[in-house]
Amino acid sequence: MSTMGKYLALKRRNLETARYKARQMWVCYLFLLPFATLFITFYILPMVTSIRYSFTYYNILEAPRYIGLANYINLILQDDIFLISVKNTFIIAVITGPVGYILSFLFAWFINELPRWLRSLAVVIFYAPSIAGNAYFIFSIIFRGDVYGYLNSFLVRVGIINAPILWLTDPRYMMPVVVLVLLWMSMGTGFLAFVAGLKGVDQAQYEAGYVDGVRNRWQELYYITLPNMRPMLLFGAVMSITAAFSVADQTMALCGFPSTDYAAHTVVTHLFDYGYTRFDMGYASAIATLLFLTMILTNNLIQRLLRRVGT
Amino acid sequence: MMKRRQEPKTQRISNRRSPNRSRGGDAIIYLMLAATAVLMVYPLVFALAASLKPLDELFRFPPRLLPVNPTFDNFADLVVTMGQSWVPFGRYLSNTVLITVVGTAGHLLVASMAAFVLAKYDFPLSKTFFRLVVVALMFSGYVTGIPNYLVLTRLGLVDTAWSVILPAFAAPIGLFLMKQFMEGIPMALLESAKVDGASEMRIFLQIVMPNVKPAWMTLIIFSVQGLWNARAQTVIYSEAKKTLTYALQQIQLGGIARVGQAAAVTVIMMLVPITIFIFSQTQILETMASSGIKE
Repeated sequence: MSTMGKYLALKRRNLETARYKARQMWVCYLFLLPFATLFITFYILPMVTSIRYSFTYYNILEAPRYIGLANYINLILQDDIFLISVKNTFIIAVITGPVGYILSFLFAWFINELPRWLRSLAVVIFYAPSIAGNAYFIFSIIFRGDVYGYLNSFLVRVGIINAPILWLTDPRYMMPVVVLVLLWMSMGTGFLAFVAGLKGVDQAQYEAGYVDGVRNRWQELYYITLPNMRPMLLFGAVMSITAAFSVADQTMALCGFPSTDYAAHTVVTHLFDYGYTRFDMGYASAIATLLFLTMILTNNLIQRLLRRVGT
Repeated sequence: MMKRRQEPKTQRISNRRSPNRSRGGDAIIYLMLAATAVLMVYPLVFALAASLKPLDELFRFPPRLLPVNPTFDNFADLVVTMGQSWVPFGRYLSNTVLITVVGTAGHLLVASMAAFVLAKYDFPLSKTFFRLVVVALMFSGYVTGIPNYLVLTRLGLVDTAWSVILPAFAAPIGLFLMKQFMEGIPMALLESAKVDGASEMRIFLQIVMPNVKPAWMTLIIFSVQGLWNARAQTVIYSEAKKTLTYALQQIQLGGIARVGQAAAVTVIMMLVPITIFIFSQTQILETMASSGIKE
């Protein structure tokens, strides 16, 4: 009898725990619900829809018509401008991505050793360009093609050139100018994460390192700072990849849309062209899907590389 | 050697503040830092200077960086130009302020609620959901723009302020930062409240939220930055509902005759996010310290 009683009591307790857990979970889902609903509606659903439309011909007016891989085939085999845009995007991503990322880290690291008030000032100065709205617009005055442009007037006065250079309309100079502006804006969210992360590294580790024979700042960086910073480095990489692959606003504002000979045409500008000017949604979706896949693959690769840092 | 050993154990290992730094290296780095800082700030100072120049100085040859006779004419002209627009200037401003305030407030609440349970409780699908959010950090506006428009059409939200506000509520970066920051709150604090009989909602509002104030500021600045700069020209097409940024950019595109006003616009647009950042830097850095992606 007492065994039976014990058994029942145990059962009841288990049931109560289960009920408690279920209630707990229910509350969790309730808390998550508003965000999850909106997130799925405005972020996941569009992404999935975009992948679906990439296999169709869809011009908004008529119902989408399934055409298989035709969009992708056209994109890769027939669309010369797409290939130009891929080339430009890769040049931009390869230069501004890693360089911007490494510079963000180095400057964050240097800034971290400044005295307190100077550090705050430096963080504002380095971070400001990336949050300054469309302040990059100002570069269109600096690089203006006539002699009133700041750079041209300076170069003419110094005597390096005798006729103004069309910085933003001559295909030879467009990409370098764009890359320069993007580097100027590259100290973004990742940079902030680095500054904050560096502040949090335990000072005792540096002293321990000193005892163990770390002799200069670079050894300290490699053996102590970087391993401590790994989570921030991973986060910074995500932000940096996103920024590097989705460049469009800056090239459109500086070099115009479309730019001369498509010299500053990026994948996202190409997407913009088909999606918002020609209303060929299927084609634009195919571009979006390819871009997104590239971003995810790059991200996986970089994350794998970064996990090896300092180990 | 002997002398060193006799020193008390609490003695610093090196008497220099930072043992692994050479003076020469410091000097080179500081010089480089100063030079880069000047390069970084130059275009912003330039924008500010250009907005304060009278017309004759804007087209002066050779151009000077700083205005000789600074004036607020460009800003006054801007008000005049906006006054001639079809829709009064105040309308654009109030549209943007509404979008920014409502969008940010909602984002803070919605993202914090989700971040709270993701950070503090373990339930089926929570890990998967969070991983999805990290992937979504990589979505840029243009990529999801087209299907997003279709979704908004279905919901009947196109051409209303909600078409900008609702997606902003669920911005992945906010949830991400908030969740990482909330993981720092000790579980014991929540459990003791639980024992005292507090409901999850009370724990969230009275214990968690007051403890993550630095993260609020961070979410606010990221959200304000996005919404204040939102042009939204693809989802809002009634002139009376358009945003300030959109209207201002139309002026910016006005060509050579409006260079002064364009600079004024640039200054107005950059001042808001930069000012907020200056005043909230400490809190933001505190949040970013926990932003890393853990393995």
